[in-house]
Amino acid sequence: MDKLDSHTSDARPVLEGPDIARVLTRIAHEIVERAKGADDVVLLGIPTRGVFLAQRLAAKLEQITDRKIPVGSLDITMYRDDLRMHPPRALARTEIPGDGIDGKLVVLVDDVLFSGRTIRAALDALNDIGRPRAVQLAVLVDRGHRELPIRADYVGKNLPTSLRETVKVQLAEEDGRDTVLLGVKQTQ
Amino acid sequence: MQRHLISAADLTRDDAVLILDTAEEMARVADRPIKKLPTLRGRTIVNLFFEDSTRTRISFEAAEKRLSADVINFSAKGSSVSKGESLKDTAQTLEAMGVDAVVIRHGASGAPYRLATSGWIDAAVVNAGDGTHQHPTQALLDAFTMRRRLIGRDAGLGQDLAGKRITLVGDVLHSRVARSNVDLLHTLGAEVTLVAPPTLVPVGVEHWPCEVSYDLDSVLPKSDAVMMLRVQRERMNAAFFPTEREYSRRYGLDGDRMARMPEHAIVMHPGPMVRGMEITAEVADSDRCTVVEQVANGVSIRMAVLYLLLGGNEPAVSHARTTEEK
Repeated sequence: MDKLDSHTSDARPVLEGPDIARVLTRIAHEIVERAKGADDVVLLGIPTRGVFLAQRLAAKLEQITDRKIPVGSLDITMYRDDLRMHPPRALARTEIPGDGIDGKLVVLVDDVLFSGRTIRAALDALNDIGRPRAVQLAVLVDRGHRELPIRADYVGKNLPTSLRETVKVQLAEEDGRDTVLLGVKQTQ
Repeated sequence: MQRHLISAADLTRDDAVLILDTAEEMARVADRPIKKLPTLRGRTIVNLFFEDSTRTRISFEAAEKRLSADVINFSAKGSSVSKGESLKDTAQTLEAMGVDAVVIRHGASGAPYRLATSGWIDAAVVNAGDGTHQHPTQALLDAFTMRRRLIGRDAGLGQDLAGKRITLVGDVLHSRVARSNVDLLHTLGAEVTLVAPPTLVPVGVEHWPCEVSYDLDSVLPKSDAVMMLRVQRERMNAAFFPTEREYSRRYGLDGDRMARMPEHAIVMHPGPMVRGMEITAEVADSDRCTVVEQVANGVSIRMAVLYLLLGGNEPAVSHARTTEEK
């Protein structure tokens, strides 16, 4: 995930609030369809913004299925493969729903799929928590440039990008508004 | 080069709050079926204990193992130290073995500082108690316990201990726990009162950021947490108070005294407790006593400290003073 600095002026929105809502509704329907009713689905968001997306998806799934959908968060900081290349990061919350994930269909939720390294770390983290029946991945934006053999099962928007570009997801819960911005990386 | 934890006084407020917040997440690992994180895989940590210890050594070892570090335990008994090897030679032996961090407990105040600043080794140094000087991870786990009990697990995140009234009772003179706690609690905004017989109050205490009282009963009703310190008989020559009975009557915590504390107030003890001396069995076994909780919290705090010092390419905890300044 690229973080876009606030001084970047030429970032342009590629998804706005209503688009994001529509995309999440579609993903929710796809999950129900693929999971044949979403009986055993557990949504786990990857902090920070994946958690809000997971909560929104859960709300939509509850509307569709009329059932309570377990939703939680999975912090992957301690499982990152680049820990030793940066100062230690502050940890975020891992919150596994009460019934656990054993035998469940876990859908990981993140905002941007890029190198795939975050998802690899998430799979390692899951391994220490339990044994799901299956693991799927839902992302709001897939920007390409994978460095590992990982793909998403549910994609909000495929966004072909160059490595010189940055993708920034903003969500109302964290940033005060819903938007996906595409900008150019500032060269120092 | 500030990658050691030598003294609680070196921590800024933000550093301390970051350690407490990180420990809160680490604590959740203990609830999992697999109590292990891969974070320090391939790092070697030596526990260098020149002085006896049960809970600190076990706690560090548990923390290191939960973070997947390779652990080497060393105690002075049964090592070359008993043949007369110096700290310098021991340190250089460890350095030659490629150690990433040294957790040191030593009877001499300043030994960890010497190890960290002498240039003998490159490893990060964590002070696990030196003489009557400092025991920073104990102070951190005490602050963590207070924040959890007095503010709340989730409500406490990002918070310090501003305005909390903490009372430390007993053998302040010989207590590195007291020194570290006064430094850290002051940094976190708490109001600290020391209560002890005049003979067990150190010289120069007027320069410490705390109040001093000789009357336990007047302080108890105004305390959010009361920490009883062990009377360290091994560091005394029976010359600090007339009899144990008198000490325990004036400065011991029993059920009657505990009843005079506010409803929400907690009783803490760094352990090992001497039941019947500074604390009665009734108090030690009550719900308000956090001794066992403190031990569990110790593992989380030490995981947090080791992660923040060793988890990245440079430590996340910045220190107020540098090696050059001292």
